[in-house]
Amino acid sequence: MIAVALRHRFGRDGFTLDTAFNAPQAGVTALFGPSGCGKSTILAAVAGLLRPDEGRVALGGDVLLYTARGVFTPPERRRLGVVFQDARLFPHLSVETNLRYGLRRAPRDANGPTFDDVVSLLGIAHLLARRPAGLSGGERQRVALGRALLACPRLLLMDEPLAALDAARRAEVLPFLARLRDLAGLPILYVTHALDEVDALADHLVLLEAGRVIAADSVEALSARTDLPALAARRDAGVLIPCTVVSVADGLTALSFAGGTLLTTARPGPPGTRLRVRLRARDVAVATEEPRGLSTRNILPVVLAAVTEAGEPGEAFLRLATGPTTLLARVTRESVARLALRPGMPLWALVKAVTFDHRSAVMEETTPP
Amino acid sequence: MIGLTAEEWGAVRLSLEVATRSVAVSLVPAVAVAYLLARGRFPGRTLLDALVHLPLVVPPVVVGWGLLMIFGIRGPIGAPLHEWFGVRLVFTTEGAALATAVMSFPLIVRAVRLGLEGVDTGLEAAARTLGAGPLDRFFTVTLPLMSPGILAGAVTAFAAGLGEFGAVITFASNIPGETQTLPLAIYAATQTPGGEAVAARLALVSFSLAVAGLLLAELIARRMGRWLGRTA
Repeated sequence: MIAVALRHRFGRDGFTLDTAFNAPQAGVTALFGPSGCGKSTILAAVAGLLRPDEGRVALGGDVLLYTARGVFTPPERRRLGVVFQDARLFPHLSVETNLRYGLRRAPRDANGPTFDDVVSLLGIAHLLARRPAGLSGGERQRVALGRALLACPRLLLMDEPLAALDAARRAEVLPFLARLRDLAGLPILYVTHALDEVDALADHLVLLEAGRVIAADSVEALSARTDLPALAARRDAGVLIPCTVVSVADGLTALSFAGGTLLTTARPGPPGTRLRVRLRARDVAVATEEPRGLSTRNILPVVLAAVTEAGEPGEAFLRLATGPTTLLARVTRESVARLALRPGMPLWALVKAVTFDHRSAVMEETTPP
Repeated sequence: MIGLTAEEWGAVRLSLEVATRSVAVSLVPAVAVAYLLARGRFPGRTLLDALVHLPLVVPPVVVGWGLLMIFGIRGPIGAPLHEWFGVRLVFTTEGAALATAVMSFPLIVRAVRLGLEGVDTGLEAAARTLGAGPLDRFFTVTLPLMSPGILAGAVTAFAAGLGEFGAVITFASNIPGETQTLPLAIYAATQTPGGEAVAARLALVSFSLAVAGLLLAELIARRMGRWLGRTA
């Protein structure tokens, strides 16, 4: 368990960070929130680069910070790897020397990936002799990742590692992050304000707003909640569904999930590939009778569980239950009234097969061996 | 090119020696003081800052006089040095180097401090998270990254040291072969009837050395910049 509790005030009239959450000591925990919500500050405090006014940070049984007891482990002795937004490679050292910087300072008995493992994992073998100044943004971030990894950290902290990259570079680095997550089982705290990164990487989500934790749970559980404006008010709000590819035929991929099957034109991989799909609420429509003569390929029998606020006037969220899975649909209030939608009603949920975003909504989680 | 007499060559050599020794003496303390001034938060920082810069604004002759008072045979430091170690600084080459070092100290401190302030503290933070302690961090990250500033300071101080006049002549006097550096020799020549030719030759040498120093500084700065990946 990674336990974090912090209180910190910036300047005399700056905003106050007052936050507490626990993260599992495995998998990726995303700290998600808008810019300026204090998520990077939390990361800096966990790393030890910022001394908060009050707080306690513990990694398993190891207390790294406990202001009430005067405990403060300096960052160089915390053994936490940090990947900064701006890479921060040492400009006077070659890529290889940069990579070995942490490795040389790691305790001898620490077990971590070897130099060759990391270099091949990140695909940076051809860069070793180069200087950081000659690298592209994506390459720099991969080297920074490798450097942090080679220091044999007990926890990896990533501060918006993709935020400074353009879309193409992000797409280049993201798969490496996913691979890294699947390797070893090193716990990761991942700060981001990009929902697609959360979808692609995170297992757990800590939702932050103005220095406070609003919610913390698994990504799937939080994605189905409609009471969290930070998630639900977004136009791309929707439920994240874990599923498995069952068949690929005629350009259509069938994804099975707990509660049904979805057809998509996205091509996430061969049968057996497990992935998460964000089914955006605005892409889901409902019908009170089984529709006929429709082009829509996914028509799922569901039960209306609840009608809730959608943030926008004139819109409502429908919570639709299919087996153990909850889907969200964003519809007009007028439709709710016209169709006299009441909880408990059986409905048909309509999802177009072409809806799924080929690039970001469908992300590879693990490919079968 | 121009035929210098053995005595004139002596003045050139002495100037180079005094400038070299002055830089050698002041470099490490200058880096330490620059670090304190740039990064330290302690009472008296402003006072230290002013003290370091004093030689820039006080007339050099006054600095030389101050050194005489402190390091003279009867001075608070000069007396014990002389009695216990038999070291005499006044009227010696070492004294000339000391006077030059004091005069050029603020130049080095300023350049080093500028270099240090250009170092991204984020890189030092990164080194910390990778397990580097304070000294380790300083020598593997901070020092290499501020080295262009250190070199610039050293070269500037060396070039300025070649021409130090007031403090040297006051503290170390004008003894040929001992403390008579280039500017002192030029001054002596102008005071001697028929010394115009000597003065002109030495002035030309002085000028050439200064230009060479500037070019060298520029070359080093470029090399260092490339080494640090600033212009790759």
